[in-house]
Amino acid sequence: MSPPHGPHGLFQNDVRPAARPPSVDRALRIGVGGPVGSGKTTLVGSLCRLLRDELSLVVVTNDIFTSEDAQALRSAAALPADRIVAVETGCCPHTAIRDDIAANLDAVEQVESLHHRVDVTFVESGGDNLTAIFSQGLVDVQIFVIDTAGGDDVPRKGGPGVALADLLVINKVDLAPYVAADVDLMLSDATARRDGRPVMRSSLVDPEGAGEIADWIRHSLEHWRTGE
Amino acid sequence: MDAALLLLVDGRFPAGGHAYSAGVEAAAAVGDVVDTPTLERYLLGRIATTGRVDAAFAANSCARLQCATDADALAVLVANLDEEYSARTPSPYLRHTSRRLGRQLLRAVTRIWTTPAIGAVSAVAGGAHQPIALGAAVAAAGGDANDATALSFHHLTAAVTSAAVRLLGLDPIELAVVQERVGRRCDGFRSDATEWASMAPADLPAWGGSLTEILGEHHGSLDARMFVA
Ligand SMILES: Nc1nc2c(ncn2[C@@H]2O[C@H](COP(=O)(O)OP(=O)(O)OP(=O)(O)O)[C@@H](O)[C@H]2O)c(=O)[nH]1
Ligand SMILES: [Mg+2]
Repeated sequence: MSPPHGPHGLFQNDVRPAARPPSVDRALRIGVGGPVGSGKTTLVGSLCRLLRDELSLVVVTNDIFTSEDAQALRSAAALPADRIVAVETGCCPHTAIRDDIAANLDAVEQVESLHHRVDVTFVESGGDNLTAIFSQGLVDVQIFVIDTAGGDDVPRKGGPGVALADLLVINKVDLAPYVAADVDLMLSDATARRDGRPVMRSSLVDPEGAGEIADWIRHSLEHWRTGE
Repeated sequence: MDAALLLLVDGRFPAGGHAYSAGVEAAAAVGDVVDTPTLERYLLGRIATTGRVDAAFAANSCARLQCATDADALAVLVANLDEEYSARTPSPYLRHTSRRLGRQLLRAVTRIWTTPAIGAVSAVAGGAHQPIALGAAVAAAGGDANDATALSFHHLTAAVTSAAVRLLGLDPIELAVVQERVGRRCDGFRSDATEWASMAPADLPAWGGSLTEILGEHHGSLDARMFVA
């Protein structure tokens, strides 16, 4: 994840996601976080379907109480079952992705080692609140997914996920008319909070709805590999 | 106590402990633990049985691994400890969990300390059992068998009480009182630490709790759970 401030001072606007250090030879690890029900699993499923023919993908889910998310991805046949693993978080979704990442790292390394040359590892966080953020020790870049129907004031409320994630996704924009949400306002509030980092809108009821996000991942992977 | 050892005592040390309930989740699921008194009885049962076995293995690993004269002797001792601990853990699911917790502890520990003992336990296929990893880590941090015993009991007590706070919403202050009371019982068992430190692994205690193993297996088959065990 890019630092809130660049190396040259408070307002250095360096928003490029992480490049792979020369000593590291492994998959790009992408965190997908956001509030409960905002569409994280649906997004990971859509991205797998859009990218699986060109990239080797694996997924680690963090389920709060069941292995629902892993199960959903398996039954949607987004990826072969042995490419999807679930981690238990002991009631604390944010602890498992931020404070004590041991169980997640363990799962990530195990599943990466079982498959030949993984390109991208998705780590889906358990649904949490606006203060949750992935540790840089666990993922290289992170996507924060918020729900249009969760209130159009969420971008204004901010928090580390909204402000600092490498990509902010405003999902379920198809629901805006039903919940009187102003998506343009959400976009402009979010942009104002994010110091130039990208914001995208999506509707995942459309199978191609994650197309722009898939492009962002291709670009991030390119950058991760070449540092350019 | 030195800063290095305090690091290992602290539940915030990133070794995956927050997702381990030491059987409380399964015990609550079957209705054995429902409130503070039943939790205290559960905890007393654990420390007197498998808790003491874990403490004994931590003490033994701490003391003996650092005395091994060469790499071969070290590897033999580690294999021996591993086999003996496995033999005292009938539940396959709990053996699996113990290795997972050991691996997670060593992930952080190897970034801080690089002793021959840490290297040898890190090389165990599938991960060293948690008490053996803990013993090696305590030694690397400058602690002795008595410290390893205390830490082992402390982690068990803390895992049980914090899981109960999160799963059942029990009063954390009341549980701190329980922890202090049970802690004194643990301190009593620590007089055995010196003896445990010098035993051959095969002679270490083998107090078992059938219910611990049965609940462990039950936990592994729960389709809805929050903790690894
Ligand atoms: N209308 C609409 N529904 C969506 C969209 N994306 C997801 N959903 C639905 O929203 C619900 C929750 O989606 P999930 O993908 O399970 O959300 P999640 O963030 O993974 O949820 P947790 O893991 O439980 O926090 C499901 O019923 C999805 O079908 C969208 O763009 N539009
Ligand atoms: Mg989900």
